[in-house]
Amino acid sequence: MELKEKLLSSYIAFENQNSVVNSFVNELRGEAIKNFEATGFPSKKNENWKYTSLKKVLNEDFSLFPESEHTIEYRDVQPYFIHDIDTYKIVFIDGKYASHLSQTTHEGIDVCLMSSALTQTKYRAVIENYFSKIAPKDNLAALNTAFCNEGAYIHIKKNKVSKRPIQIIHFSTAKESALLLQPRNLIVVDENAHVQVIERHQSLTENPTLTNSVTEIFANKRANIDYYKIQNDKSGASLIDNTFIDQQQESNVAVHTFSFGGKLTRNNLNFHQNGERVESILKGVSIIGQKQHIDHNTLVHHIAPNCESHQDYKGIFSDSAVGVFNGKVVVEKEAQKTNAFQANNNLLVNDKATINTKPQLEIFADDVKCSHGCTIGQLDENAMFYLQTRGIPQKEAKALLMYAFANNVLESVKIPQLKKRINKIIAEKLGVNIGFDL
Amino acid sequence: MLKIENLHARVGDKFILKGIDLEINAGEVHAIMGPNGSGKSTLASVVAGKEEYEIRQGQILFENEDISELSADERAHKGLFLSFQYPVEIPGVTVTNFVKTALNETRKAKGQTDMPANKMLKLIREKSEMLEIDRKFLSRSLNEGFSGGEKKRNEIFQMAILEPKLAILDETDSGLDIDALRIVANGVNKLRSKDNATLVITHYQRLLDYIVPDFVHVLYDGKIVKSGGKELAFELEEKGYDWIKKEVNQKA
Ligand SMILES: Nc1ncnc2c1ncn2[C@@H]1O[C@H](COP(=O)(O)OP(=O)(O)OP(=O)(O)O)[C@@H](O)[C@H]1O
Ligand SMILES: [Mg+2]
Repeated sequence: MELKEKLLSSYIAFENQNSVVNSFVNELRGEAIKNFEATGFPSKKNENWKYTSLKKVLNEDFSLFPESEHTIEYRDVQPYFIHDIDTYKIVFIDGKYASHLSQTTHEGIDVCLMSSALTQTKYRAVIENYFSKIAPKDNLAALNTAFCNEGAYIHIKKNKVSKRPIQIIHFSTAKESALLLQPRNLIVVDENAHVQVIERHQSLTENPTLTNSVTEIFANKRANIDYYKIQNDKSGASLIDNTFIDQQQESNVAVHTFSFGGKLTRNNLNFHQNGERVESILKGVSIIGQKQHIDHNTLVHHIAPNCESHQDYKGIFSDSAVGVFNGKVVVEKEAQKTNAFQANNNLLVNDKATINTKPQLEIFADDVKCSHGCTIGQLDENAMFYLQTRGIPQKEAKALLMYAFANNVLESVKIPQLKKRINKIIAEKLGVNIGFDL
Repeated sequence: MLKIENLHARVGDKFILKGIDLEINAGEVHAIMGPNGSGKSTLASVVAGKEEYEIRQGQILFENEDISELSADERAHKGLFLSFQYPVEIPGVTVTNFVKTALNETRKAKGQTDMPANKMLKLIREKSEMLEIDRKFLSRSLNEGFSGGEKKRNEIFQMAILEPKLAILDETDSGLDIDALRIVANGVNKLRSKDNATLVITHYQRLLDYIVPDFVHVLYDGKIVKSGGKELAFELEEKGYDWIKKEVNQKA
């Protein structure tokens, strides 16, 4: 049976098992499954999916609801946590909440579970206000909405600053042959509130895992959100990350995406600027090799005047890796005095790697500053020679240049321990230890 | 220490070095002068191990070992150093991190462990003070936006950290003001000993007042056409290269 058929036929069972008190959510799910039935998985015919085919990924015989529960011990997965700082943690194993690995809170801020938020009446108002408001109604987002029942629920209330970053980690044990996970996160940050979030998807075996994740983020007036995605999964794991962000006036949202692992990774990252003087930052570093595939599909929708967006994506591709960057910036007629910058710089470490980069600017306002630039280059031979004459061997010299290439994005990571960790992952990825703390 | 025999090298099908013989012993300072485009930097690059150039004939012996098949980093590990005529800008790597990496990689190649952080800091401080390099400099990206003179001073700083056996200084004097020239030359001299050697490539006799050569060679059209003592440098400064070119052409 094809995956789509399988999903459609399992929906009934899912609905019976997971019906919730909230009729609002039940209706959304019912509508979503119909929409998914009508639209299905995106194919290469879809302009947005021209360079990324899901065919191979969808071929597996995924189990949707893992039969048995697997527990894992903290000491076995500690390396996947940023453990040297105090954080709240919302941790899942095969899609199920793992309370022994988590640390939630309700003190002034809600850091808890989507399953609670969807079922308990005290969250009802927030859910009805925000849930599924900016996630699209078709394809993958519809599929996620149809099956939504677990994920992270974060609500930072007015004037609150979450002093600890929040880690959202999805582990998959994939003890079954193949596993499909569909986490659903909702993050609402009220007026003047601040939060930092670190999100990670991590499988613990080489078995195929497909994650179709949807995250909706609402930044209300003057809210400040700093969001980091670490994508360094095992070679059997694929991730489709759908993140949708609504920004109200004077809010500031930065999303950093670090992609080093996994088989296929697709990031759909959409920003909607619905208030004036908003700042949106989208940055990413991708370092992949072998047959890995990474696709960044960004949209910044400038709707209100006097806003800024900055995009800076760096990609380093070796072996037969494929990179895709599709960055769309839409500036509506009302969005005068918009400043929109986009840069996508790529290094091809050998001839077999491929990069497809496509900026799309649709500008309907006349008083705007927009710029975009993409480059595809190779490691500078003169620089390589220079480093080597100083005793730095070829492999380390390459790594140093790649690190230097990605450095300005790394520099903007605001949590030092996280920066250190990412540097370490990069050093491991490049197989080097280059004498200073990367 | 360094013995170059009948070295022919080309890039593409263009021969740039056309039979170079040069012997440098421990404790000596040699200077190479010669008109623009005669092959001085190429010679330096070939000795340092730039793969773009293809050695077609001859050999390069360093401490009696043919190094022409070694990579640039392996040559560096053996004690070769090249101060570049045009140092390369590396945005995103600080001077400090760069010299740390260079030194520790060199130590690793010799089977030594990383230098302890406090010793490293002390060494960096000492050498930067010797070359009167401002601390702020050390946390800047390597060579990025450095002035010509700053780049050259930074080259010698790296040399001071790595303490090579043979240093090739390719026009290290160009771009230096008079004070900087003195500081840099003093730095080079402080590193000199009976166990190491220096090859300076320059257009100006002025540098040789500070770093006094035992031998001066003239490179012209890919060959060393004349060698002498330090007085040859004065003669060249005074008379230019025409008389040498004439001599060469007459012989031909
Ligand atoms: N990679 C290369 N490709 C083509 N030609 C080259 C290359 N490298 C050097 N050459 C040529 O070889 C000749 C020698 O160059 P080189 O840089 O060695 O001269 P030089 O003696 O150092 O000159 P200067 O005094 O100006 O520094 C020049 O004609 C130069 O254009
Ligand atoms: Mg030169």
